[in-house]
Amino acid sequence: MSIETNEVRKIAQLARLELTDDEVTSLSADMSNILAYIAQLNELDTTGVPPLEHAAEAGETMRDDTPRPSLERERGLSVAPKVENGCFAVPKIIE
Amino acid sequence: MEYNVVIGLEVHCQLSTRTKIFCGCSPVFGAEPNRQTCPICLGHPGVLPVLNRAVVHAGIMAGLATHCEIRSPNVFSRKHYFYPDLPKGYQISQYDKPICEHGHLEILVDGETKRIGLTRIHMEEDAGKNMHEGLDGVSHVDLNRAGVPLLEAVSEPDLRSPEEAVAYLKKMRNIVIYLGICDGNMERGNLRCDANISLRPKGQKEFGTKVEMKNMNSFRFLRQALEYEIKRQTQVLNEGGTIVQETRLWDAKRGVTESMRGKEMAHDYRYLPEPDLAPVMISDDWIEQVKKELPELPDDKRNRFESEYGLSLYDADVLTSTRELADYYEQTVKAFDKAPKTTCNWVMGELMGRLNEDGTSIDACPMSPAQLAGLVAAIEDGTISGKIAKTVFAKLFGTDQTAMQVIEAEGLVQESDPTAIDAMITPVLDANTDKVAAYLGGKDKLFGFFVGQVMKASKGQANPQLVNERLKALLASRG
Repeated sequence: MSIETNEVRKIAQLARLELTDDEVTSLSADMSNILAYIAQLNELDTTGVPPLEHAAEAGETMRDDTPRPSLERERGLSVAPKVENGCFAVPKIIE
Repeated sequence: MEYNVVIGLEVHCQLSTRTKIFCGCSPVFGAEPNRQTCPICLGHPGVLPVLNRAVVHAGIMAGLATHCEIRSPNVFSRKHYFYPDLPKGYQISQYDKPICEHGHLEILVDGETKRIGLTRIHMEEDAGKNMHEGLDGVSHVDLNRAGVPLLEAVSEPDLRSPEEAVAYLKKMRNIVIYLGICDGNMERGNLRCDANISLRPKGQKEFGTKVEMKNMNSFRFLRQALEYEIKRQTQVLNEGGTIVQETRLWDAKRGVTESMRGKEMAHDYRYLPEPDLAPVMISDDWIEQVKKELPELPDDKRNRFESEYGLSLYDADVLTSTRELADYYEQTVKAFDKAPKTTCNWVMGELMGRLNEDGTSIDACPMSPAQLAGLVAAIEDGTISGKIAKTVFAKLFGTDQTAMQVIEAEGLVQESDPTAIDAMITPVLDANTDKVAAYLGGKDKLFGFFVGQVMKASKGQANPQLVNERLKALLASRG
């Protein structure tokens, strides 16, 4: 199993990561190695074993529909690089 | 070339819970920007979402109401994409193990019921809201809506026309409103709809390439957008072109759909099971309990209206098209306890007409069911004629009087005294001796003329049945 450089670039783009050509080359090798390592699991016969979605047991771990106070707006906005009119201000999305 | 239209709808319903899906913030619409946010719905690192039981409860209700199988355990997944209204960089949704699957609902189009398959209903969180208008170089992000619970219902590609699509959306909206789990306010985006539409040559089995359409926030826009898209795709195919699989936005102002190409990434969401939420167990007890809580649903109510009140399928369907209208009708019938058909005619005719004219909805109707019932009673017992009743209705609407008070105050009581009726007929016959002779000579059609003249003379207040009877007698006596 190997990950070609064009796949690395595609994954990087989906994750919004900017990579240099050198990084792409080295990641391609790293990721191929990781996949090869994980692929050892395929040696096991898992016929009839349902996929495990979660390490925890399925359960009724839910909360009641009871409101709790929200965060003070100023605190929520305090971590934003730019704030306008009580909103997070971001580079214009649509031309 | 003739084409068949294939449509599937995705309907998003914001749930009327008291808190968001994964945190205790209020999901209620209309607050100042970002006042209803916390580290969980703001997507801060290290926080843990905890599922709101009421959301699962609503999911079970919606599933049972649409004949779905309820899946337990069902699983939340992360759907990855980047957009400023999605602070975590992924939306917590459900992917291959949604809470509800394999359901259906029925729609009524052109007097025929048709079953539309529901592929699935799943739970997910809403995204925040981006604002661009009037801003230069920036967009504003309000995350009050982030984390508002949604149910997304996905239909099978079973819809074959814009009419069917609209009927389906109406039925879906009606069901969630009956269930009390969603307000169904489309203007506010409380209920939203995307459509997948493709064309295929008549006789062909395989579906054509589909286009996804967004931004149709009313029944009218859904119809217009689908009609536009059918025309557009027909033209492309007829000119030998191919349909591009893409997302298109409905532009209501210009009445066209526009490609969003370049404005969104390819659909590669890299779903993975949400590690922060355990698979959701739903016990049989819980499902049984919800079954008991289910209110009477639109189809059941419609069938009951048909059998209990002797209404036509069409009338029963219109009256049950909203819970409020159905309740209004039933209260009116019960207040008088007779004449469900007459009541139906008045609710669907005069009352709905007036409300439409005023731009009011039935829940804000100024005429109470008791007032309308009084009017229907007066018609039924012969106090007034159906024609006079329209006058009474107009005078009664918007007042707090009873129908009888208006009838008496206006002197509109129907004249049912044979002597008084004779006194109206005689002058009419005297003034038209030529026509009387013609009538007696065999021109039966003239009878209608005499009735009209007498009714006119009585200002519409003569009992029409009695006028017929007395006219026949008095005409015969001149033979």
